[in-house]
Amino acid sequence: MINKLVGSDAEAVSDIFDGATVMIGGFGEAGSPIELIHRLIDLGSKNLTVVSNNTGSGNVGIAALIANRQVKKMICSFPRSTNSVVFPELYRNGEIELELVPQGTLAERIRAGGAGIPAFYTPSSVNTPLAEGKEIREFNGQSFVLEYGIKADFALVKCKTADRYGNLTYNKTARNFSPIMCTAAKTTIVQAKHIVEPGDIDPECVVTPGIFVNRVVEISDPEHESVLVANNSRYPR
Amino acid sequence: MNTTERIGWSRDEMAQKAAQDIHDGAYVNLGIGMPELIAEHVPEGIEVIYHTENGLLGMGPVPAAGEEDIELINAGKKYVTAIKGACYFHHADSFTMIRGGHLDISILGALQVCEKGDLANWSTGKPGAIPAVGGAMDLVAGVKNVWVITDHNTKDGQFKIVNNCSFPLTGKGVVNTIYTNLAIIDVTENGLKVREMAPGVSFDYLQERTEPTLIS
Repeated sequence: MINKLVGSDAEAVSDIFDGATVMIGGFGEAGSPIELIHRLIDLGSKNLTVVSNNTGSGNVGIAALIANRQVKKMICSFPRSTNSVVFPELYRNGEIELELVPQGTLAERIRAGGAGIPAFYTPSSVNTPLAEGKEIREFNGQSFVLEYGIKADFALVKCKTADRYGNLTYNKTARNFSPIMCTAAKTTIVQAKHIVEPGDIDPECVVTPGIFVNRVVEISDPEHESVLVANNSRYPR
Repeated sequence: MNTTERIGWSRDEMAQKAAQDIHDGAYVNLGIGMPELIAEHVPEGIEVIYHTENGLLGMGPVPAAGEEDIELINAGKKYVTAIKGACYFHHADSFTMIRGGHLDISILGALQVCEKGDLANWSTGKPGAIPAVGGAMDLVAGVKNVWVITDHNTKDGQFKIVNNCSFPLTGKGVVNTIYTNLAIIDVTENGLKVREMAPGVSFDYLQERTEPTLIS
């Protein structure tokens, strides 16, 4: 029997090891798996490389993971947002590494990693500082830069509905990077708002096929990052 | 904002100007900041589909107070709505639309634009600045028409339309048209051609505030 459901969020993340590469879904608050991130803070794994579009806001979620000195390096496209305070300070002090990647290149690197494509050429960032030192090649008279696929040890993802096979659907713009991250990690860990029986999700509407998912935990009433930030909440509390 | 002290078009008027140049049936991406205003000014009688790179085609206006959904935002992480017929998709599909040349128009903010259409809009390159690029480099690399909407000068009166960008580039030779509070300027092979000036703005006034020589 296939059953990817696990009993608790703490159990779901319990084997994330020191030095792991962890992809974290979300675009700002939308789709950020805040409970899984907070359990990773409880676990305390260090020297993580985190792949996520942003670096979090306030002192909760990804920002709290960074503040807890668990992240060695961020791979992201937009490390400064409104209410983003933790990352900028550590970055200015040279206490965290940043690999800045154009957002579409980040998405394609993750997609490629998940699809078994080691590298690809893209026009994005040609003639800019982000292409410096990288291989440039011409195709049909236009220049392209070589970029490499990214794989991760773990992906942490939030979705709307899941079944025990790991089939997932998302909610609106909370989908963002999550479906591709599910494909690119050895172990994909999902927090779902609802768990349903196999067959309850219309097969035509499955967004992430279950083969890309390893663990699912139900978090029916997730915390809202923006509310926590507005209340000046911190994690650990 | 006190519009009476400001010369030229207001932010809303700038957004309206850009919105009026969007053709019927266009797929358009709006960048963070002033470009977001353009969605409020779609001319009547034409149909435009707004793309936001965080995974929505068919972005609608800002929601009414109390109707906000934290999982329905735009690239600037502001609350938006979805029109009837909208669709959601993941980031790789979203940037397939962008990089694959499927969008018609990308409208972005700018720190600097040069005479040849180079754009700098992601970093001042200053020590201590946190570099953040987002989707800008993909947009300028992949979208057919790249428009910039920006104040004509910086708050302290510096040129934003320059001979050569001193800030790190987003893309080289990518901008087609510049919408400012003073004028609409097309980037052409011969240089920067003024298409329209705001009421009360003379060509000399405009030229004084623009580093490259303008074509009237």
